[in-house]
Amino acid sequence: MMNNIIVMPMIIPLMTGIILIFLRTRVNSQRILSILSSIATIAVSLVILNRIQHEGILRLDFGGWLPPYGILFVADSFSMLLVVTTSIVTGILLIYAFSSIGKQHENMFFYPFIFFLVAGVNGSFLTGDLFNMFVCFEVMLLSSYVLITMGGRRIQLVESIKYVTINVLSSWFFLIGIAYLYGTVGTLNMAHLSVRVAEVGQGPLLTVISLMFLIVFSLKAGLLLYFWLPGSYSAPPTVVAALFGALLTKVGIYAMFRIFTLIFYHETAITHTAIGIMAILTMIGGSIGALAYNDIRKIVSYNVVIAVGFILAGLAMSSEVAFQGAIYYLIHDMIVKALLFLIAGTMIYLTGKAKIEEMSGLIRNYPMLGWLFFITMLSLTGIPPLSGFISKVFLGQGAIETGSYLLLAVAFMSGIFVLYSLLRIFLNCFWGETIISEDDDVPLKKGMLVPCVLLAIMTVAIGIGVEGLVPYVSDAARTLMNPDIYIEAVLQGNR
Amino acid sequence: MKINDVILKTVTRIVVFIILTFGVELFLSGHNNPGGGFIGGLVLSSAFVLLYLVNDIETVRKGIPFDFKKIAAIGVFLAVGSGVGSVLFGENFLTQAFGHFDLPIFGVTELSTVVLFEAGVALTVVGVVVTIILTISEDV
Repeated sequence: MMNNIIVMPMIIPLMTGIILIFLRTRVNSQRILSILSSIATIAVSLVILNRIQHEGILRLDFGGWLPPYGILFVADSFSMLLVVTTSIVTGILLIYAFSSIGKQHENMFFYPFIFFLVAGVNGSFLTGDLFNMFVCFEVMLLSSYVLITMGGRRIQLVESIKYVTINVLSSWFFLIGIAYLYGTVGTLNMAHLSVRVAEVGQGPLLTVISLMFLIVFSLKAGLLLYFWLPGSYSAPPTVVAALFGALLTKVGIYAMFRIFTLIFYHETAITHTAIGIMAILTMIGGSIGALAYNDIRKIVSYNVVIAVGFILAGLAMSSEVAFQGAIYYLIHDMIVKALLFLIAGTMIYLTGKAKIEEMSGLIRNYPMLGWLFFITMLSLTGIPPLSGFISKVFLGQGAIETGSYLLLAVAFMSGIFVLYSLLRIFLNCFWGETIISEDDDVPLKKGMLVPCVLLAIMTVAIGIGVEGLVPYVSDAARTLMNPDIYIEAVLQGNR
Repeated sequence: MKINDVILKTVTRIVVFIILTFGVELFLSGHNNPGGGFIGGLVLSSAFVLLYLVNDIETVRKGIPFDFKKIAAIGVFLAVGSGVGSVLFGENFLTQAFGHFDLPIFGVTELSTVVLFEAGVALTVVGVVVTIILTISEDV
């Protein structure tokens, strides 16, 4: 069985990043190669996603070592949907970077590190081995450390110390958790782990280990333990912030879904209840944060926090419909959060200010940007023709099926707070008297507007053409709900 | 102030070669015994760091005019490339091959592609370690 193609979403960005290091001074070649590589990654990911629909879950044993002994990549619909979205969002963000990031960054290995980050993200989505996931997390995090500090402004250094410290700490917990797990059940292949944990039963010891993983991924995803997130995400340049906001927390969320649907799904009364409570607190805390601040970047960052709570509410409900809702929301959120960060960054670029009360009447100077923000706002709130709607329907249905009314109430209330926090930006910054006179009107670069328009088209397209996504998402949710499908594809009866 | 470091410099001249040889030995023995690209690379880079410590950075740079960041990049390229190479031959990613060849001086020798991978690891380690040391030293 030849499935070498499924390593490509990681290898293409990795190789591109390496080659770009040698093109350090040739900015134009860097840009061309970046775009070509992104297109290639998108194409390959789409091919894999479609192959899964015909042939079932694909796996690739590195070096021909059969599981559970070797390391392997496993591509199921869930991981590939995220890989596809990651590749598309990164491609669009690269276009924004071309016109905004500046010569200094481009000469300091900016693009290589973007690609290393994407390689780490895609690797984390695809791997079927827990330790390999740790390694891919580290690839992603190391690149993000570089990206957050690059430029060396004071605020970046202050925030990066917090960011690096918290992530090093959580990586250490991750490693210890892996060691405990290996010491207890003697394997790290995720499918094999699932089998072994089911065999011995998830006793108190294994449940404690699972809670350790819960803490680790909560730190990475920003579930309840999000105190580091708003600061870190508002410090770096717009593109980097958008990339972080769109991708990084999603990797933590993905890992949590994987671990708690494939391996530790026996003690839902403890683990999934904990996730539910944390999700509720996250949504409440995120909503308070989004309303409390006047700095656009902070408001936008707290919106990331709310979304994390919302998606993991789906995991806490743990039914097939709720999973579908969560997966739709993951895809939707990656696109729309990227858009939201880009628009917020563009507003700051145009006015030179970040506080909402210091801006006014932007829609007169930049009508297109204003309407894009309006679409983003509607999409995040979940107004029907846009991509946020379908996920809320499914999540609501899942909540009612499982009787999780508190989660339902908080999740839908958080939508209102999202709307209110963004309306505050819209009313303060876009409406009212214009503050920019015609003379100091900073022109809005086409290179900044085009990526925003592309992302807005995507949110509309997903909302209207959601029929096209249904087979993929329902397959993904079915696999999450029935771990046996995944296990069978990986171990093929040789347990 | 000038420190009198004649002894250190004289010893280094010899010791560097011993360290380098030991690094290569570790690298090669890693094929079947303890050793390998990573620790081989670490030992090799310790030789470079010693050179930088004893002489000043400029002098060493004249003798070894490489950009160590690029050496690290070449190393990663080699390591990943040896994995991708197996894809080109229609094998699983990262599959390694070996064979016995009759070479002129060495006689029948076992050659394997895993050496390329390990060489990549070694170059990466050398590149990264030296880059880290140089970066720290430039700050002071």
